[in-house]
Amino acid sequence: MRFKPAPAAEPLRTEQIILFRSSNQIFAISSGSVQEVRSVDSLAGAAREIGEPSLGKVRHAIRRSDRNLYVVSVALHFGLPPSAAMLIFLLRKSRVALLIDGIEKMTSMTILQALPNAFCHEEHRWYRGLTVLDQSVIPVVNPEGFLTAEELSLLDAISAAEPLPPTAPAAGLELNP
Amino acid sequence: MSLPEQLDSRSCVLLRLGERRFALAAEQVAELVAPSRIFRFAHRTPEIDGVILRRGRVVAVCDLAETLTGKRLATRRFYLIATRGRQSAMDWVALPVSGECELIRADLTPAGPSDSPHVAAWLSHDGEVIELLNLNALTPGPKTTPAPPEARP
Repeated sequence: MRFKPAPAAEPLRTEQIILFRSSNQIFAISSGSVQEVRSVDSLAGAAREIGEPSLGKVRHAIRRSDRNLYVVSVALHFGLPPSAAMLIFLLRKSRVALLIDGIEKMTSMTILQALPNAFCHEEHRWYRGLTVLDQSVIPVVNPEGFLTAEELSLLDAISAAEPLPPTAPAAGLELNP
Repeated sequence: MSLPEQLDSRSCVLLRLGERRFALAAEQVAELVAPSRIFRFAHRTPEIDGVILRRGRVVAVCDLAETLTGKRLATRRFYLIATRGRQSAMDWVALPVSGECELIRADLTPAGPSDSPHVAAWLSHDGEVIELLNLNALTPGPKTTPAPPEARP
């Protein structure tokens, strides 16, 4: 049996992505999914702690535009060792914010391959697929894979007991879609 | 059952995992390649070690040695790239092996009901009885679900 090469490339479609670091691992996220990048310090006063034992990856909530955003530690979400997070991605059209260590760079991808079928657990929800940049394989995260609807409902119920103060717009980088 | 009914002659690839040899049906084998850089990222499929890039494809690396021999491979001399799954769910996996592989033609004896699910058949070669591996049972992947029973009136 001959090994078939990857299917012939169709006209290249590029997608802008942000490469970011969490616990010494590099991930990619579509820049269109990120509305704003904030430093952890800029939200320190506005975030409220959440202590739900079944959701250890969510330790803080922020009140923005009449709704609660929940800050997910990317390292804990992926089961990686906790790390010194410096930045927060506020995701577009989402109630999830991501706590990350730092941004590596912004670039574009032309390839998004599905995860091989041999991966058969949660990772299929975690990732949109894998991209190849400079001969390295990088997982592209699924912005909708960080919290399920049930988890959001649970967090809402916890937050409802103690409403959060609104967050003033502060030093942050707004990303255009 | 007569002998000709028991035996089925097929091309097989012999592979070495540590001290033991196993076989794969030749039609499942794509190629044997030198170990290349393995990329690791967070996931929850413990049988998968990472992925390699091969001809533009991302191929999962699945070390069978621990399952089959009880020990992880000390040295990976090659990756045997093979297919697993069926039809639309067909996929490639890279299997680390510790020595040269050999293409042989051998008579197969079908596995019996008491054999492990990973044994597809048995063959005899150079005085050694060797398991022909069922990769679908050995490697992780979507399980084929049996057809639902027909509705009864």
